[in-house]
Formats: sequence, structure tokens, C-alpha cells
Amino acid sequence: MARAEIAARTLRTDRWWLPPLTTFVGLLLISIYAAFRTFQGDYYWVDQYHYLTPMYSPCLTEECVPAASHFGQWFPALPGFLTPPLLIIPFLLGFRITCYYYRKAYYRAAWASPPACAVAEPHSKYTGETRFPLIAQNLHRYFFYAASLLLLVNIYDAVSAFSTGLGLGNIILLVNVSLLAAYTLSCHSCRHIAGGRLKHFSKHPVRYWMWTQISKLNNRHMQLAWASLIFVCLTDLYVALVASGTISDLRFIN
Amino acid sequence: MSYQGKFRVWRGDDSGGALEDFTVEVNEGEVVLDIIHRLQATQAPDLAVRWNCKAGKCGSCSAEINGRPRLLCMTRMSVFQESETITVTPMRTFPIIRDLVTDVSFNYTKAREVPSFAPPKDLAPGEYRMQQVDVERSQEFRKCIECFLCQNTCHVVRDHEENKEAFSGPRFLMRVAELEMHPLDTADRVDQAQDDHGLGYCNITKCCSEVCPEHIHITDNALIPMKERVADRKYDPVVWLGNKLFRRS
Ligand code: SF4
Ligand code: SF4
Ligand code: FES
Ligand code: FES
Repeated sequence: MARAEIAARTLRTDRWWLPPLTTFVGLLLISIYAAFRTFQGDYYWVDQYHYLTPMYSPCLTEECVPAASHFGQWFPALPGFLTPPLLIIPFLLGFRITCYYYRKAYYRAAWASPPACAVAEPHSKYTGETRFPLIAQNLHRYFFYAASLLLLVNIYDAVSAFSTGLGLGNIILLVNVSLLAAYTLSCHSCRHIAGGRLKHFSKHPVRYWMWTQISKLNNRHMQLAWASLIFVCLTDLYVALVASGTISDLRFIN
Repeated sequence: MSYQGKFRVWRGDDSGGALEDFTVEVNEGEVVLDIIHRLQATQAPDLAVRWNCKAGKCGSCSAEINGRPRLLCMTRMSVFQESETITVTPMRTFPIIRDLVTDVSFNYTKAREVPSFAPPKDLAPGEYRMQQVDVERSQEFRKCIECFLCQNTCHVVRDHEENKEAFSGPRFLMRVAELEMHPLDTADRVDQAQDDHGLGYCNITKCCSEVCPEHIHITDNALIPMKERVADRKYDPVVWLGNKLFRRS
């Protein structure tokens, strides 16, 4: 028996192409900005107020400004155009790329698989995440562990910046780590590890409570993914503008 | 207030068909199914449509309205402009029988492939005891009315007929999750989900959740938790080692 003969790829009359297009443009602009800042290799540290951009944290090579290397300089200076963030970006990027929300976002927006619901995808074959390379998405939890460590580093940076007083930059760094923490905690792997993998919640009241709280955050995972991503860029931009002397930090104390 | 609405309805069977134009009266408070019934009563007495409850509870009237998978009885005419032409087509993913009626037996086949609830052997019916918090999670999935809109919309089978063999679809992967999370089920459902029901085909793009008339969080609460359990079992050497060393299960 055959399917109903309908030639149109979709009969949707709404602007179904708008959300994937917006996603695509948004991710593209952020990638360009992040790549530019990564290879710029400068303006990541404000010595006067101890602001370190999250994009360069931790700064682990010998070309880092010594005061910006809160955790020491473990590696020699990188050759050529390579910059310190390249050591941490694989983990941060890996975390976002294997994130269940971002997977949905770029499968739809960049790979059109599917571009929108009930709109036919252009590919003739589809195997999803059953084989290499996409089967590697299952490693998401390892990136979650790595990103959690980097989050702790960012929190340390944000808190230690208060040693110089209080300025707008401090507030921005604080909001940034709060959003990053909310995004990281709302992760589906985190939800699973905290309690989701249990079959009997009643035997593990503490983990059940954690699972309940994380589930609430998890409902907002998409919003947190975007908010934290955009805010990291804004934080970085602010630090870059202050570090380059383009603007001066708005100080409340000192 | 009533007006004359413009409709395009797919008519035909498995040997072919096309969209046909109709003008039908629309009254205040009506749903698309009312219009289809009026069309049947006044202009196209042989128009085939499947329905039962008219209350969004039987899951019979699934179709596609302006290209969006929906229940005919739960789609209010008031969401459309009076000037709009409303296109009504059968679900695309299943073989057509006639007009708006498709053969959904793919779903019954997949349902039969899920091994049934397996309580502990020594527990007699009537002796089942469980905590509310333990059954709660799987109870969300019991809201399913088996309209198969999720199955119809999922691109894995909608766009790739050849995947029907390997992939059971969101509704039945959710059934596997429901049993896996049930406090009294003893069967091992994790390998089954991946190997027998094709969980790996799902790329969590969430169209099933988007169309579900019961608003079940199919992807977030059933499919992703199952993917995490599969990762525990198959792709996480640390958990695997922990289970071996401490004999957990
Ligand atoms: S989330 Fe998975 S099961 Fe649901 S529609 Fe998308 S691919 Fe299909
Ligand atoms: S899960 Fe939702 S969309 Fe799928 S069959 Fe059940 S009620 Fe319908
Ligand atoms: S699911 Fe998005 S970060 Fe883990
Ligand atoms: S007629 Fe029962 S759900 Fe629409």
C-alpha cells in the first residue's frame, strides 16, 4: 500500500523557516566573534580590577599575562598564531556541541534534518545517531564533567575580582557565572546523574530532591543555553573594551 | 457569526489522489472536524474520515491541517483567518486507505514488539506495592491517547520509509521508557531500546513533543533519559567499571 500522493515538500503556511534561520545566523555570528577573540590573543585581562574574560580562563601557557594565570602556567608559550584559549575551547565547544539542546538546534538549522516539523528533509539517507561520527554524542557527560571544572574556575575568577573593589565589571562577571552555572546544572546528563538514572526515588530522597530541582531548571535548558552563550560574549566584550582602554569601568566602590 | 470558508481537502486512495477545493459554511465555536462533517453532509457524502469522541481523547481524527499534524476535533476554526484557505490532508507517514483515513497498523506492529510489563515472579497480582514518587514519572506517559501524530511527524520514518523496519518511533520508545522507569518492572529494557527499537535514530529534534496533543514531554522525559541510560550501559566506561566492581545494577 502506498502513501497519499502529495507532491509538496510541506503544506505548512506559517513561516516555518524563520526559527532555523534565526538559529543559524545566531550561532554563526557567535562563532565568528568567538573565533576572532580567540585568535586576537589580547585584551583578556584588566590588571587594575582583576577582570579575566571567561574565554581565556584558565590561562595556562607562558604567553599569558602572569597575573591572569590564576592556576599557574602549565605549558610553554604556544607557537605561531596559537593562543591560550585553544587549550580550553575543545572542552567548552565539545560541551555545547554535544548538548542535547544544541544538537536539536544545529540538526535543524544547519543540517535541515529536519528543518522544521513536517517539512521534508533534503537527505536521501538517514541513520541519526546510530553510527560514527554522531554516535560520539553519547560522550556528552564527559564534556559535562570537564565544563563543570571550568565553571568552578570561572567562579573563582569572578569572586577573586572582588578583591579590588566593586565595579560594573564585577556584576557582569557574577551574572555570567550564574548563567553558566544554571545552564550547566540544567544539563540533561546532570539531571540523569543527579537522580534520573534511579528506578526507586523513594529510596534516595536527597537525590530525588536534586532531580526535582534540576528538572525545573532543565525545562528552561534552551533559554539558558542561549542566555549563557550570549552573555559570555557580552562579558568578554566588556572585558575587552575595558582592557583596551576603549571604555573605563563604572566603579561603585574604589 | 457564520461565514463561507475556503477548504482544500485531499481526496483519493492508494492509486492516486489530489487536493479538491470546497466552500463550506463555518459557524462560531466550530472545530475543523465540524466542517469536515458538514462537507460530508452537504457536498461529499463519500468523504472518508475517522473520528470517534470529538473530545481529543480517542486519538482517531489525526490529520494534517495546513501542513501541521493535528487532531481535527481539537483544532478550532477561530485560529484561522476567515479569508484563509485551509488545507486538510491525511497523515503522510502511513499508507493511505481513502481520503483522510490512513492505515496505522505500523504502530500496532511496533506496539506488539515491546515485551509487556514484567513484575517480579514471586509477586501475585494484588500484592503490588509501590511509592507514588516511584510511579509518577511513568504516569506522565500514560496520558498518551495513541493518536500517532508523533509517529507521523517524526522525520526518521516520515522522510525515510526504509527506517520503519529498524525504528519504533517516539510513541513506542516512550512505552519502553515507561516500563524501564516502572518500579516493579524487572525486564532489561535498555539494550532493547537501542538494539531492537532504534533509539539511536532519534536525533532529539523534538517534533514528537511539538505535535503531541497531550503535551507529553516525550523527548525530555522519555527519549533523552533513555539515551542517558543507554550511554550508562554502552558508552560510559566509568559506569560500566563501577557496575562490574560493585555489582550494582
Ligand atoms: S525527537 Fe526523536 S523521536 Fe521525536 S520526532 Fe525527533 S527524531 Fe523523532
Ligand atoms: S505520545 Fe502524544 S502524539 Fe504520540 S501517540 Fe501519544 S498522545 Fe499522540
Ligand atoms: S544537555 Fe545541554 S548541556 Fe547537557
Ligand atoms: S475524535 Fe477523538 S480525538 Fe478527535
